[in-house]
Amino acid sequence: MKYDIVLCGVGGQGGISVSVVIARAAMAEGLRVKQSEVHGMSQRGGEVLAHLRLSDKEPASPTIPLGSASLILSFEPLEALRYLPWLNAEKGVVVSATTPLKNMGTYPETEKVMSELSALPNKILLDADAIAREAGNAKAGNMVLVGAAAKLMPIKPESIEKAIRELFARKGEQVVEANLKAFEYGRKANS
Amino acid sequence: MRPLDASGLPDVMDDDWPLDVSGLPDITDDDFSQWRARMARETMMGDEAIALGAVHAGLGGAFAYPGTPSTEIMETLQEFVKRQAEGKLDGVKNAFTAQWCANEKTAYESALGSSFAGKRSMVSMKHVGLNVAADPFINSALIRINGGLVVVVADDPGMHSSQDEQDSRWLADFARVPCFEPADPQQAYDMTREAFELSEKIEAPVMIRITTRLAHSRSLVETSAAKAQGAIQKPKVTKDWILMPANARRRWHEVLGKQPELQAMSSSSSWNPLSLKGEKLGVITTGLARQYWLENADEYAAAKGEIAHLHIGFYPMPEASIRKLYDACDEILVIEEGYPYVERQLRGIVAPGKKIMGKETGEIPYEGELSPDLVRKALGLPERKGLAVKELSPPGRPPQLCMGCPHADSYGALKEALKDYSQHAVLSDIGCYTLGALPPYNAIEATVDMGASIGMARGAASVGLRPTVAVIGDSTFYHSGLSNLIDAVSHNTNMTVLILDNDTTGMTGAQPTILPSSRLEPVLKGVGVHPDHIKVIRAHKNEHEKNVAIIKAELAHEGPSVVVMVRECLEALKKARKA
Ligand code: SF4
Repeated sequence: MKYDIVLCGVGGQGGISVSVVIARAAMAEGLRVKQSEVHGMSQRGGEVLAHLRLSDKEPASPTIPLGSASLILSFEPLEALRYLPWLNAEKGVVVSATTPLKNMGTYPETEKVMSELSALPNKILLDADAIAREAGNAKAGNMVLVGAAAKLMPIKPESIEKAIRELFARKGEQVVEANLKAFEYGRKANS
Repeated sequence: MRPLDASGLPDVMDDDWPLDVSGLPDITDDDFSQWRARMARETMMGDEAIALGAVHAGLGGAFAYPGTPSTEIMETLQEFVKRQAEGKLDGVKNAFTAQWCANEKTAYESALGSSFAGKRSMVSMKHVGLNVAADPFINSALIRINGGLVVVVADDPGMHSSQDEQDSRWLADFARVPCFEPADPQQAYDMTREAFELSEKIEAPVMIRITTRLAHSRSLVETSAAKAQGAIQKPKVTKDWILMPANARRRWHEVLGKQPELQAMSSSSSWNPLSLKGEKLGVITTGLARQYWLENADEYAAAKGEIAHLHIGFYPMPEASIRKLYDACDEILVIEEGYPYVERQLRGIVAPGKKIMGKETGEIPYEGELSPDLVRKALGLPERKGLAVKELSPPGRPPQLCMGCPHADSYGALKEALKDYSQHAVLSDIGCYTLGALPPYNAIEATVDMGASIGMARGAASVGLRPTVAVIGDSTFYHSGLSNLIDAVSHNTNMTVLILDNDTTGMTGAQPTILPSSRLEPVLKGVGVHPDHIKVIRAHKNEHEKNVAIIKAELAHEGPSVVVMVRECLEALKKARKA
């Protein structure tokens, strides 16, 4: 079993904590995990990318080969497009938030970005921020996306919930609950 | 110490961890391999694995200046200091020191002193930091090291967050210092422990060279029992620490004399395994590059048959193993990240004749980071393809200043103050404010190395270019801007220094500046900048008009002037709030 995930977004969108949640859940189920993160300059509002590799054998490379990812989990629609070359052409799925983050002058027209995404064979596109607001925490859009991707990943939702609890425990019960709820709403959005 | 194959071991359940090892007796290195299977395992980044390896090796003192991708080593160590104090760092009984320093040179020298005191000592930095610390680094190779001294250098191929992609293995070689190059976080942990042993055994500094992807990738690391920290014990003879010419000549002779032993050690090291199964292609990998090779190795073997392989994780070059591989194969492919270090050396080790492929011959790209796909291509395996974007080509998203960053307001004021001059120069430095080079600011004209802004502005001014402005952050100013300012005071140079004082090292994730903001003004006065021409103002758009007027007045001043623009970094605020 091998399941490679590209997590992408814009600096400051919390991609790294999502990567940690999924990795912990996978490990609790006995999978081997390799994660690769971007730190430093690009965190300042640039493209942010994490690679997460789940496998029953120790993955070799810390980064995912082209055409190999089973899932692109993107917090921003243009960023989802950027990493398509890493997605497995037949079976790969894109789960992406639809709210564009236009922090550069060269950002293409939103319709063009969305029509590229809509044309993909396997995709789940959702307004993660709106769903997060419904769930009561506008900032938890990233957990909504994890929820929407939950049934695609080779991990039980309960393991992800446990990992969310562990990771956010230090920040208090309220933060834990908000993230769990966002996760649940995300699951419902793709049920 | 061999890297263990842990695949057969049962996973340690969350409930068993952390294991309580406080009751265990101190154990020696000889028997700790028996313990390791019983110890905890968790995923960690390469940087974290190095920090933990050092602490478990009995670290006494660690010193660093922040720099991506090495920053997390010291951050982790400082976290460990806290945990140790609370009794929550398993098996680590003695407190140890982990400090940020003004720059890499001062950090290195602190580590040297800590080694002099007999403690296991570590200094960590990014690759360009080693240029700053090159003086103590190269000279410390001539000293008879006392407490083990490990120098961790994180290279940044691909320049994710750097101004060059220099390869620190060359500097290790230049100084005749042995060097470890881990392939994954597990090796980073194991090698760090071994590096301390080796440093004490050969009485020399030992380098650990990592690259960005290793520093910042996580995988499972199996740890072993912590060793106790040694006591204070000065060198028995201090003449080997006094590098006056007569001593230095003797020591250099001794260092050179040790090289054949290190050579032999390298060819028999378990970090440099040689497999001679195939006879057509021989592959040499180093450090992390092994992982990219392994990602493709099975497929290669299935398609084209067995391959002979030498992996290098320890230098100096394992010359004997290299010759064996060369003799056994028709051609050699070198896969390494950074400069073609092994590839170039190789041509001097083996007789010419067979084909050697790598960066110099173009099979592997000379520039940038490696990837599984680049290695695939070099091996002649078919390219893998994912999906493609149909019509758009996604434009890059360059990094930018945080919304509301004080630097934006500082640049706004500076640009307006300069706008009536037909000619001027704005030389900048390294930090978040380097992003002032990009639109919408377009505010700076040069960025070269830490502290260069003031020196370059001074040089330009001293040959007649006016007005010249140096833009530098508070942390970079203390790192190496201050000595340039002393030159400016000494020569009464007509220039203005803008210190963007956000009370932190913002770019690397808001580490505290070595001295608090309140000390800046007395320092400026102390080196002799005229008190009337030290202006401390608030970097905020509400003060824009006032700030423009003050900067304008200082630009017109004959002699050095300093405008300190103060406002806290938003990241630092966030971090403080979280804590
Ligand atoms: S991290 Fe701090 S200094 Fe850097 S851009 Fe953000 S606010 Fe400005």
